[in-house]
Amino acid sequence: MSHDSHGHGGHGHGNPLADAMEHYSHLSFWRKYVFSTDHKVIGIQYAVTAMCFLLVGFGLMLLMRWQLAFPGEPLPVIGKLLGEALFPGGVMSPEMYNQLGAMHGTIMIFMGVVPLSVGGFGNYLLPIQVGAHDMAFPKLNMMSYWVYFCGGIVMMLSFLMPGGAAASGWTSYPPLSVIASNAQSWWLVGMVFLITSSLLGSVNTIVTAIQLRVKGLNFFRFPVLVWAQLITAFLLLLAFPPLEAAGVLQLMDRVAGTSFFLPSGLVVSGEQLHVSGGGNPLLWQHLFWFLAHPEVYVLILPAVGIVAEILCTNTRKPLYGYKTLVYSMIFLGFTSFIVWAHHMFMTGMGTTLSSFFQATTMIISIPSVIILTTFLLTLYGASIRYTVPMLFAVAFLPMFAIGGLTGLPLGLTASDIALHDTYYVIGHFHYVVAPGTLFALMAGVYHWYPKVTGRMFNQTLGKIHFWGSIIAINGIFMPMFFMGLAGVSRRLYDQTTYAHGKVAQPLNVVMSYAAWSLAIMQLPFLYNLIVSLWKGEKVAAENPWGGTTLEWATPTPPPHVNFPATPEVFREPYQYNSARQIMPQFSKEN
Amino acid sequence: MSALIPYIDEPHPVTGVTNGKFGTWLFLASEVMLFGALFSTYIILRTGSTSWPHGYEVLNIPMGTVNTVILITSSVTMVLAWASLKMNQFGKFKLFLGTTILLSCVFLVIKYFEYAAKFQHEHYPWSSTYFAIYFTMTGLHGIHIIGGIVVNGYLWGPGSKMWKANPEQFAGRVECAGLYWHFVDLVWIFLFPVLYLL
Repeated sequence: MSHDSHGHGGHGHGNPLADAMEHYSHLSFWRKYVFSTDHKVIGIQYAVTAMCFLLVGFGLMLLMRWQLAFPGEPLPVIGKLLGEALFPGGVMSPEMYNQLGAMHGTIMIFMGVVPLSVGGFGNYLLPIQVGAHDMAFPKLNMMSYWVYFCGGIVMMLSFLMPGGAAASGWTSYPPLSVIASNAQSWWLVGMVFLITSSLLGSVNTIVTAIQLRVKGLNFFRFPVLVWAQLITAFLLLLAFPPLEAAGVLQLMDRVAGTSFFLPSGLVVSGEQLHVSGGGNPLLWQHLFWFLAHPEVYVLILPAVGIVAEILCTNTRKPLYGYKTLVYSMIFLGFTSFIVWAHHMFMTGMGTTLSSFFQATTMIISIPSVIILTTFLLTLYGASIRYTVPMLFAVAFLPMFAIGGLTGLPLGLTASDIALHDTYYVIGHFHYVVAPGTLFALMAGVYHWYPKVTGRMFNQTLGKIHFWGSIIAINGIFMPMFFMGLAGVSRRLYDQTTYAHGKVAQPLNVVMSYAAWSLAIMQLPFLYNLIVSLWKGEKVAAENPWGGTTLEWATPTPPPHVNFPATPEVFREPYQYNSARQIMPQFSKEN
Repeated sequence: MSALIPYIDEPHPVTGVTNGKFGTWLFLASEVMLFGALFSTYIILRTGSTSWPHGYEVLNIPMGTVNTVILITSSVTMVLAWASLKMNQFGKFKLFLGTTILLSCVFLVIKYFEYAAKFQHEHYPWSSTYFAIYFTMTGLHGIHIIGGIVVNGYLWGPGSKMWKANPEQFAGRVECAGLYWHFVDLVWIFLFPVLYLL
């Protein structure tokens, strides 16, 4: 590290940090807030854009829930506004339903949750938590955001294509996706943008965490969030390229007429396709899930990191089993590369392969349970402070547990036969991602809000948001397990056409009302987030929650170079003395 | 800048590399996964196919061989360019890097003639799975070659101004470009036997 700048409060001339801040303050509006290379501005850009996409993706689902609850009935008001082509007589057409379903998944995962957790929290917090003044490659960082932004625009524009957006599910299985309308090509191009963006981001994250660590911060002094982001970055770096390859191959199939995924003698609408054939539709599934299973851990690991930070701050005792937690996360990262085909038990790939992937799937559940256990033991015997972020973080534990445990029957080849492609699957992965990861991200938004903005949010509104959301969200996803066990397939436009679907239909009405309630419960959140920027109580303290990691050593909100003087780390994170007072990483005193 | 971001031009004491070199290696790791997926695709399609032509029956082996020699030579000149910088011989650096760029262009020209000959014989991507994978993989490799020409062209031209201001950092950049170039070369060394000879 540059020791010349260390230890001086520094506004004097010749101090490179002060010079950098001075230089930054003279930049134009565009360079400061739009095309900025400051990791904090980019982090906020990522977070705000991602939250907008989360709202869009959620909105699509709110439309779908009308058709699911009241199949064949015209959508009140909105149905008329959206036009006759896709809503004949105000009723959602099956084509429209498929578009909404495919784009809901795509937007939520690739444009919402991952950019918020990795792009938003990762960009903002990781450099500060390792004591760096910026990311290792600031220009690359800016580029990664704008590439993501372009990918998002391409995806959204695809709704305006004749025939609408991609409608082959977020998994885009061929041959359906190859013979689908033009919008599928837009989807593929959009994905290439999003993949490129996360590649740039993950290179930056890894280099920053490993190279720019401040003096004294060895690997086993990393905050858990830094570990989580680091492992996530490796997953993105190595798992996304095979999907990029698959995307290129599918694009070739669609544009250049190749047959990578089209078998010989494929018959579509009674006519044989004029293609050379010889392709393999299962190949796409392998390449897709080779990404999409590690992607599950991309979704969950940053959430685990955020929850760890918040739990440790609000239990006011050290994290139980820090090293166990870190090793579990590393093991989780490695193992996530060899479980992908448990999504494909029903494809007829053979019992030998199925047994292998069943075994690895059972093994990967062990580190997940260890992670939850360390969190529960951290809570044990603590004097817990129930702040709003803490409520969300604590709620993450049972929600993630439900999501994880309901995954086990899906990972066993025998029970998967009954449950595959039913609502049970949807319930399972939504418990992991929605009340799991998204709750953790909400917790993170509240927890770091005072640090980022310099204002405190309204506690009462925060608590209304929490209790309303947790009740509503369970009202959506809990009935899905029962519906799946009743045998209702996912992706059905109108399940009442089947006898067993008709029996389960009342559950759909419950879920829809719960979904719309959840939407209403987000209003206090949005109001709180925006209005508190002006009306919130000012936070002047550097460390309002009593955190132990480096971001709480910066002024509030952090200036351009984060730290007026390069900090130093003296101990592990989450340390408390015998009087239960914090011993921050950045403080020398015992 | 180096007060803000350390290890731009000097290696980190623990990892032993600069930020740029570390980032380049990570990027190459992801590239390995990209081409790894494509080679896996090749294996799966070929083993599952009933009729697969031998590469030597449909492709022009002499042209492929010449291209292999050209790419390996360009890798050698790439190293020489970097070594010249390290020995403080900027003129030689220009010569060797220029040769590298020239050789990469020759590679693309030969590739163009190969493609044209295939089209003349009515071998298109949609003709068979073999030609589909041939055009996709060599096409993607060609895009990587073009990327290399752009990077090397920048370092040869406007980017070389940095040599005066910060020779360490400039040599580092050339080294990273070299790492990438060797990777592109290596991909071809796998592509040539797989597509042409087997």
